[in-house]
Amino acid sequence: MGELKLMKGNEAIAEAAIRAGVDAYFGYPITPQSEVIEYFMAEKPHERTGMVVLQAESEVAAINMVYGAAASGKKAMTSSSSPGISLKMEGISYMAGAELPGVILNVVRGGPGLGTIQPSQADYFQATKGGGHGDYRLIVLAPSSVQEMADFVKLAFDLSFKYRNPVMILSDGVIGQMMEKVELSAPVPRRTEEELIRECPWATTGKPAGRERNIITSLNLDPAKQEQHNIHLQEKYRQIEASEVRFEKFHCDDAEYLIMAYGSSARISQKSVQIARAKGIKAGLLRPITLFPFPKDEVNKLAGQVKGILNVEMNAGQMVEDIRLAVAGKIPVEHHGRMGGMIPSPEEIVTALEKKLIGG
Amino acid sequence: MDEKLYKEIVSEENLVYTKTSLLTDKVLSYCPGCGHGTAHRILMEVIDEMGLQKDTIGIAPVGCSVLAYEFMNVDMQQAAHGRAPALATGIKRTWPNKFVFTYQGDGDLAAIGTAETIHACNRGENFLIVFINNGIYGMTGGQMAPTTLPGMKTSTSPYGRDTLLMGFPLKMTELVAELPGTYFVTRQAVHTPANVRKTKKAIRMAVENQVSKKPGLSFIEIVSNCNSGWKMTPTQANQWMVDNMFPYYPLGDIKVDGNKL
Ligand SMILES: Cc1ncc(C[n+]2csc(CCOP(=O)(O)OP(=O)(O)O)c2C)c(N)n1
Ligand code: SF4
Repeated sequence: MGELKLMKGNEAIAEAAIRAGVDAYFGYPITPQSEVIEYFMAEKPHERTGMVVLQAESEVAAINMVYGAAASGKKAMTSSSSPGISLKMEGISYMAGAELPGVILNVVRGGPGLGTIQPSQADYFQATKGGGHGDYRLIVLAPSSVQEMADFVKLAFDLSFKYRNPVMILSDGVIGQMMEKVELSAPVPRRTEEELIRECPWATTGKPAGRERNIITSLNLDPAKQEQHNIHLQEKYRQIEASEVRFEKFHCDDAEYLIMAYGSSARISQKSVQIARAKGIKAGLLRPITLFPFPKDEVNKLAGQVKGILNVEMNAGQMVEDIRLAVAGKIPVEHHGRMGGMIPSPEEIVTALEKKLIGG
Repeated sequence: MDEKLYKEIVSEENLVYTKTSLLTDKVLSYCPGCGHGTAHRILMEVIDEMGLQKDTIGIAPVGCSVLAYEFMNVDMQQAAHGRAPALATGIKRTWPNKFVFTYQGDGDLAAIGTAETIHACNRGENFLIVFINNGIYGMTGGQMAPTTLPGMKTSTSPYGRDTLLMGFPLKMTELVAELPGTYFVTRQAVHTPANVRKTKKAIRMAVENQVSKKPGLSFIEIVSNCNSGWKMTPTQANQWMVDNMFPYYPLGDIKVDGNKL
């Protein structure tokens, strides 16, 4: 068993990154995620593992530092919150185009614009549908506990190197700020330069006599070549959809009504399921852990079992569009959401379930 | 040219110059007469002469030289417009023993990438910035750059750059020389053999600074021509550069070994 600590989500992810052998973190302060870089700076990871931590001049610079390090095979990450993530979108699109690994944490706050510093899930579309320009997908993980904030660092890097694709950890202000008990795994050393070169033969690490030069680029002036590249990327995304779907079910076996929620909304909805069951409503919860790839087959399967699905998100209804696509009109799908940094209560979710699906 | 004469000129005993193996055989995409090609050549020659190919990582952002990776036979990264110094920071911080350089145009370095450039210089990042200042946006067809001279005509300043409306040419090299994070700052040109030699010497000094881990960034501006964008013949462009660019952007070292001259 690993070490047990009481930590904020934002601190847990930083500590887990040091322990996972991550090579570099580049960030820029923004509420509600500044604890990530503050924790790193206080911990002096350079002394612990040789990990590099740098406060960049902007989110644009930070993501491009990740690009540079990643293109040289390093495990590099950055974090921000919504307005800063918008600035990173250029770099994220370039990383997707150049097929670079790397991890981006978004501790989402309410928008649009400067919005609010309070928690929100309003960046679902941005994370799962592109966000930056061009036809690309990120792998998107949605932690719903401090434990998962810690655990998803390693998972995110494993996936991003496996597929040479950036991975976003889509968290929110609740998960980032709340304190919970977290079990931290034992530290693993960073890869040696030799291990890195073996693992990433594509990386720009300096051209030895025996190999062709390595080039990292997202540019193809020839449209036929660019189309081939686009086809290759799409095939990769289909493979990710076939192999990497992750979700968690809670009281789904005998459920007649299904709540779907991720992140902190899922934590709250668990309580709603218990309240509903105490009232005699057979409710269950399906929590997508990967938002891309979206668990559409599981949703479609459950649509053959339950009478309706209530989507719960801290936004105007974004994941609900993916649910409706998966359900394909079989059963009613409704949305209950709060916006602007407001957090739904377990009771109001049950009331929404009753009003929008059961009573209706 | 007469075939016999040509054969004689290129015969082996008459060869005084061979192309470095650090330039590929790909035909350069630059306009004939453009300074980019010469700048590529001497940079690669220095890396070759110093035996650094296996340790070099270069970055070419958007601009006419975006395809530098087609010509430079070293590991290369292509960067978004203006972001090369951020990429270089990410590389050099995680690979401190590699030789890292960026190769940026004036639109790239002095407009969209000003923040990345200034802050990399100010942090004293230990890499080389090669800055090609041709006073115009070459790649996109000759629009005004931050370095465009007062009164100079471009496609977005068709009546000449009006400094009251469009601001003044930005002297980035003088600006970064003021920052304690820069170690070597110089302005050179590559339009004559003598200037090529001087520029090559400056590049060598910059590379040596980095390899011997001297504290701070080396910044080499090369004042260059863009005969296509300036709508001149290569010879006219070089003369125009001497007559107009050099008075505004005077050649010479500005900071050596961390000391301003
Ligand atoms: C974000 C973004 N904005 C604009 C462009 C279009 N663009 C490509 S190159 C360039 C200017 C390049 O000029 P400079 O850096 O001076 O290099 P040169 O072509 O003169 O060598 C611009 C505006 C782009 N590629 N990306
Ligand atoms: S457009 Fe100008 S900078 Fe670009 S290759 Fe031609 S001459 Fe050189």
